[in-house]
Formats: sequence, C-alpha cells, structure tokens
Amino acid sequence: MKVIGKKTPRVDGVALATGKPVFTDDVSVADTVFIKILRSPHAHAKIVEIDKSEAMGISGVVTILTHEDFPAHYYTTAGQGYPEPSPRDTRILDSTVRFVGDEVAIVAAETNEIAEKSIEKIIVKYEILPANFEMEKATESSSLHPESGKTGIYNTQKNMASHLEAEIGDAEKAFSESEHIFEGTYSTPFVQHAQIEPHITLTWLDENGRLNVRTATQVPFHVRRIVAEVTNFPISKIRVIKPRIGGGFGGKQEILTETLCSAITLKTGRPARLELTREEEFYATRSRHPQKISLKIGLDENQKITAMTANILENCGAYGPHALTVMSVTAQKLFSIYKMQNFKVVGNAVYTNLPIAAAYRGYGAPQAFFALESLMDEIATELGICPIEFRKKNLFELGDELPIMRALGEGREGFKAFVNSNGLAECMEKGRKLIGWDEFQQSDKNSPIQRGIGVATSAQGSGIAGIDMASAFIKMNEDGSFNLLVGATDLGTGSDTALAQIAAEVLCVAVEKIIVYSSDTDLTPFDTGAYASSTTYVSGGAVKKAAEKVIEQILEQGQKFLNLENVKIENEFVIAETGDKISFKDLCTKSFYTENQMQIMAEASNMSFDSPQPFNATFAIVEVDTETGFVTVGKIVSITDAGKIINPQMSEGQVEGSIPQSLGMVLSEFMTFDENGKMTNTNFDDYHIFTSLDMPEIIVDFVETDEPTAPFGAKAVAEIPINAPAPAVVNAIFNACGVRIRNLPITPEKVMKKKI
Amino acid sequence: MKNSKAISVKINGKQVEKTIPTHLRLLDFIRNHLKLTGTKEVCGEGECGACSVILAGKIVNSCLIFAVETNGSEISTIEGIAKVDELSEIQQNFIEHHSVQCGFCIPGMVLAGEEIRKENPHSTRDEIKEKLAGNICRCTGYKKIVDAIENN
Repeated sequence: MKVIGKKTPRVDGVALATGKPVFTDDVSVADTVFIKILRSPHAHAKIVEIDKSEAMGISGVVTILTHEDFPAHYYTTAGQGYPEPSPRDTRILDSTVRFVGDEVAIVAAETNEIAEKSIEKIIVKYEILPANFEMEKATESSSLHPESGKTGIYNTQKNMASHLEAEIGDAEKAFSESEHIFEGTYSTPFVQHAQIEPHITLTWLDENGRLNVRTATQVPFHVRRIVAEVTNFPISKIRVIKPRIGGGFGGKQEILTETLCSAITLKTGRPARLELTREEEFYATRSRHPQKISLKIGLDENQKITAMTANILENCGAYGPHALTVMSVTAQKLFSIYKMQNFKVVGNAVYTNLPIAAAYRGYGAPQAFFALESLMDEIATELGICPIEFRKKNLFELGDELPIMRALGEGREGFKAFVNSNGLAECMEKGRKLIGWDEFQQSDKNSPIQRGIGVATSAQGSGIAGIDMASAFIKMNEDGSFNLLVGATDLGTGSDTALAQIAAEVLCVAVEKIIVYSSDTDLTPFDTGAYASSTTYVSGGAVKKAAEKVIEQILEQGQKFLNLENVKIENEFVIAETGDKISFKDLCTKSFYTENQMQIMAEASNMSFDSPQPFNATFAIVEVDTETGFVTVGKIVSITDAGKIINPQMSEGQVEGSIPQSLGMVLSEFMTFDENGKMTNTNFDDYHIFTSLDMPEIIVDFVETDEPTAPFGAKAVAEIPINAPAPAVVNAIFNACGVRIRNLPITPEKVMKKKI
Repeated sequence: MKNSKAISVKINGKQVEKTIPTHLRLLDFIRNHLKLTGTKEVCGEGECGACSVILAGKIVNSCLIFAVETNGSEISTIEGIAKVDELSEIQQNFIEHHSVQCGFCIPGMVLAGEEIRKENPHSTRDEIKEKLAGNICRCTGYKKIVDAIENN
C-alpha cells in the first residue's frame, strides 16, 4: 500500500488552520432576514390563541409564522433511511407544545435584535395540560400524541413511541439450568452533544427560483427530501449545500433549522438565516436517550454465559426521532460481544414532557455497554475471577454467526451476520500491558485517596446493514489530477481525506492529485449521510469501485494509444512491456482533444448486507477521594480493532476525542431540570464538558485486523471508542473504594452516600 | 448618528476607520463589519475561547468586549497570523500533528498557542493544558492540540 495506512495530512487542514471562510455562516447573502424562535414556557399546553399584532407592528419585522400558517402534516425530524423507522409525530409548528422549549412561532426581521424584540411581544394564550417527566410513569400518563394523522407510534394511549422484541433459544429454561445467575439495573441521563458550531442554516432563492439551503448538516440528501415534504416544494427545485461542519456527533443528523429557514424564504422570497443560540443548543436541539436497562445473566460451572435477558426502557422526550433505531442498536450491541445460545430482549421507548433525544455518537451502544460491562465486572468480582479472562472466555470467535442480527434489524428486518474479523482479545491483551494491569497496586487502606483500575469492552457497527447506500463519481483532468465527487459528508471527522486516500491508492497517484468535493445535492451523487459509522465502509466502498472503473478506462485508452496489449500503471504512466509509455497527463489530454475522444470518468454505488463490528477495550485508572467522594480519572488506555487503519493520526484523533465525551457522561455531563421540566444547566459553566485541564493521560493504540467485506479491510472508527471509557471508569471506582454505582452520572454525593 | 461612534483601530496591520453602534460587540464588528469570519461565536458568554483575538498584545474573548472600547488599539485575528502563502510555525504544527478535526475551535486554539509560545517558548505540557483551559474543543481530546503547541 502506498497511501492507505500512511501518514497523510488532511485535505482541508490548511483552510481550517488559517480561519478561511469555510463554514455555513462565513458567507453572507445580501438582503437576508434573521430568524428567531418563540419557544414554549410550558411543558405541555394547547395554544388557544396567538396574538401577533403588536409584534408585527415593530419596525423591521418582516413576517411571523405560527401553526396557523402550516397544514397539519406530520413527519419526523430524524434524517435517516426512507421510509423512516421513526414515528411521524412532529409538525413544523404545532398547536400543542410538549416540552419547555417547543417551538411556538418564528419571527423573521431585518436584524437579529429586532427579531428578538418581536418574539417578546407575541401574546400566546395557553391551556395548560398535565405533564409527566418520569419515563417509568409514561404509560400511565395522559397521551402526548393523541392527534389523528400521526403514524408509526407503537401505542399512542400509553405514550409508547416504539417497541421491540427479539428472542433466540429459551432463556428461561437456560436460567433454570444455570450454575450462577446475576442481575442488575442500570440507568443513564440526558446528555448533550455540545458540538462547537451551533445549528445554522442560510436559505435563498436563486435566479431560477430554486431554493438553496446552505446548512450545517450530516445528512444533505435527507435535508432535501424532508424540506421538500414539509414545505411542499419540489425536490427538483431544492439544492442543499454542505460546507465544512463544526462537529455534529449525531446532533446534525436532525432536520431542525432547515425546514424553518426554508419556510421563511419561500414565504418572503428573501434570503434567511437561522442560527440557534448556545442556550437553545442545550434544551431545544437533541440529546442522548436516557435508558434504564435491566439485565439477567446465567452462567454454567465454567463461567460461560448460557443465557441473558434484557429489558430496555428508553426516554425519547417529547417526540420520537430515532426512538426505535437507537433502542435497536442498544439491543443488538448487548448480544454482539459475548456468545450465548439463549437470549431475549424487550424494549419500550416512551414519551415524556422533556427535551427530545435522538442520534448521538454511539447511538444506544454507550447505554448498552455501561450496563453490560458493569454487570460483567460485578460477576467477575463476585466469582473472584479475573475480569479480563472472564470476558475472553465468552467472546465470539471468527466464523461465528451473530444471531441477534438475524433476530433484530435496525428498524427493519434483520440480516444474517457473521464475525469475519475480531481483534477484541488482542485489544484486551495489549491494553492490559499498556495500563500495567498485572503490576497495579491499590492504595494503602488508610489513605483517604484510593486508587482503582477497571476494564470494559465494546463493539459498534460499520454502517447500517441492508439500508445505507453511498455513491461516488470520479473524473480525470488533463494534468493527471482527478475530481472525486461524493455524497458522503465530512462533519469534521476527516472523511474527505480518508476517501481521497482510497481513491489515490486505487488510481496509483498521490493524495494531492485527488480534488474532493463532498455533499452538494446538485453536484454530487447520493449518500444516506454521515451516521452509523458508515462513511469509511459504505462510502469508501463506493469510491473504491468508482476508482477501479476509472483505472480500467485509463488502461484501455493506454492500450489504444500505445497500440500494445499488455500494459500496466507505474508512477502516473501507462507502460507497455516494450517500455513504450504514456503519462496520465498526455493520456487524458489526448482523450479530450485528439484521439478516441472521451472523458475518462466513472461512478459507482455501494451498499452492504454486512455491518462488520469494530471492537474496543478501554482501561481506566482512577483516584477516589473517600473524604469528599470526588473522582479523578488518572489514565485511560484505549485499544481499538477498526480493521485496517486508513489514516493513523485521524484514527487516533477519533479515539482521543471520544474519551472526554464518554468521561463526561460518567462524571460531569447531565442535563438537569426544574420541577416544571425546564432545563436548568444551559451553558458551559453549568453543563461541564471536559477541558484540557480535566483530561487524564491517554494512550491510544490499535490492533489491526483485515475485514474481508471492507474496502482495504477497513472497519469504522468514529463511534466505537465512545462506549467503553464510561464503564471502565465505573469499574475502576468500584475497584478503588467498593462503591458500585448503577445510575449515571457519578457525583461526589452519590459516592459518599453509597460509601456509608 | 445617535448611539454610534467613530472608531479607528489597526486590524492585522491595516488601519480601519468605521462608525459603529456603541453596543456592537467586538466579535460582531470583526465578523460582520470587517468580514473577517475566522473568529467564531460558540457560546457568546466568554466560556469557550472560540472568539479569541489578540487585543493590545493580550488574548481576549471578543464576545465580551464592545467594539468602541478598542478605539485606538491594535488587534490581530486568525487571518493576521499567517503571512501571505506562509503558515506560522504553530499553524504548521497543527496540520502536521493532525490537531484539527472539525476546525471550528481552531482559530482560537491557534491564537492561544501563539500566546503561550510568546510568553514561554518552552512551556511544559501541564502548563499548556492549564493555559488552554478556557478554549473548549469537542472533537480532539486536546492531546494533539497540546502536541502542536509544545516546542520539542
């Protein structure tokens, strides 16, 4: 390999490091109107009347839209495969509000300040409805979505957005025959993506009356489809442009600002801009689903797992984007590492009058592995066995079927799946050495600071089997460079660079010869989008196929021009056995202008019924101050099997960046609410994401495997490392001071309370 | 004009004279009036460092300062760090070390790095981490950013 696996700078690195105008808001369009949103102060209420006369009277207000301006059309804000597996329970603006922060009206004005002033003058009369903030009480509470016309809700009356069940073998019978049975219930809170760039959209009508949408999104093609549906404007008249994106982590897999901004431009004919404030980012965008997972595991006399049951309760908040699919991934991942003959899983996703949860990096897997890897640790402790050896003896092996994938798909039917690559045991061994597991010394029993060590493992997928589809288009230029046009969306992960490397490897050129242009619905072919760890595997597969077709054409032209049969490619030349040769540059120029004239170009689509699992083992060392309950993470070792590594430094960066997000979920990040359901920690002071000062020592390494179904053997790396740090820290805290916390976050108060 | 004031500042070596509203934040002056969009708004409350600029030799959050307060001062933004066709050493390091992921916090991080190097070219990793505590990044875990600023 000349390019794959080699140190390669990012194709967008210089522009980003010099502050070039590459993000959505770095361009401005003349005559733009600025949009602000009036949000509900109530957790559940019917809008009886909206009086916008005073607000409209303010000089500079251009228009105000409310539910009265839109038909009662229900859709989902989830940007995912179509038809979407999420319930269609959302109106662009509704006559009922279902959480504090729900959208009531939008104002477009000449400036942001005027728009802000105007929303304060809109008078809304509400009829307050009963609200419920506890997922355990959701099925008994009054219905959030009783309206007819909503589809895909599992049980409207009981507030159940979605439901799943899957079963293999007979778990109950296996439990009755098991030597040991262990149980535990684990819960996680609402957590925010806190991507650095807020949601932002600019829209305008071009000279042909087409709607242009420049937006910070992970899913440009879903934006186009959903904006068309919600605004009743033809797809052919919409162009979605994705510039550089300032992080997403799943939060920009939602269609939030695009529909509202488009509606204003279509109504006024003027360019429009809608950017959410940081405060709105916290309570009015999306978050990670809180889940409560009850697990029961049976073991035989050799500590092999015979059966497991899982019961998942998921809190969607007020609407259900991704309700079923996140819970499906939780269920799939619970049964994707350890081999067993019998299992059963039941899941219910319920509505509450709280902010909305949706896709967030890991997509249900972080909740699954917090539960599973906590219980695995509890079992090892109880049985007095090494937690690493206990895990290793229960792992799936190469060639094994993953029965859960047949029993349960991600919102659709499942597909038979097999383990074709699995480096998890090696990841554990490598991490064991790097953390110093066998030499680790606990603190003196009398010391107020107690040190502990912990381990956890995890798996993810690489794209959604049978659903995700990507395509790529490559054309050759007369200087021997190539344009690579992909629908894939680089949201800051570096996927443009990884895809350029794949193209360069096949086309036998340097990465600098590949000009990448990604995600513009007018110019690039379709891609389902940047989510589900799909880009390297699914989009990378499309790029590889397209590049292979281009190489075929180059060889054919070479044969014709050299008038010789046996040719090969070397150093950007087509060379015959005789030594006769023609450069890429001359070959393309001839093809354009003089001989056997054609544009050398090709396109390819790619999808897969496989979603090979990357694996990770994470080790943590913590210090617990037993006098205050304060936990400090001292060191994290994270070892990943992501198949063959395309770009070593970018892959390290994915792992390094996921660790503080996971540590935040354990120690410092959790959305808090007052008694009326209003989020109370809506800034970076009160909602603490890890800063450089909070960071532990981090060691990142990889175990390379060769995934046979993947382009150049590469599996995904974006989500996998976010799962295991949280349970590794939880297990290390138990190891340090004997405190086992099963409900995140871990606060000093909880540690002190449990200690007594 | 009522509530407006004429100011004269030197931005990235260029003298600029404008009449601006007195309540205009320095951040909005730089982004919207001067069209220097490398400076970013992330939190608007001085908690994240994305809007950092160098004002009279000191790094500041431009979201917390009124533009009129800077009358007569010298200001450098990210656009003033690279010479024409030549990146600063810190910028080159950011690219070399893959310190950039989404890039939205990077203008602030580069300016912070320049300041740290200027104060002490041989700051330790711990000192760098302490000085970066006011600059939030959600992508990188900070390790490769510290690598880029460290002078080794």
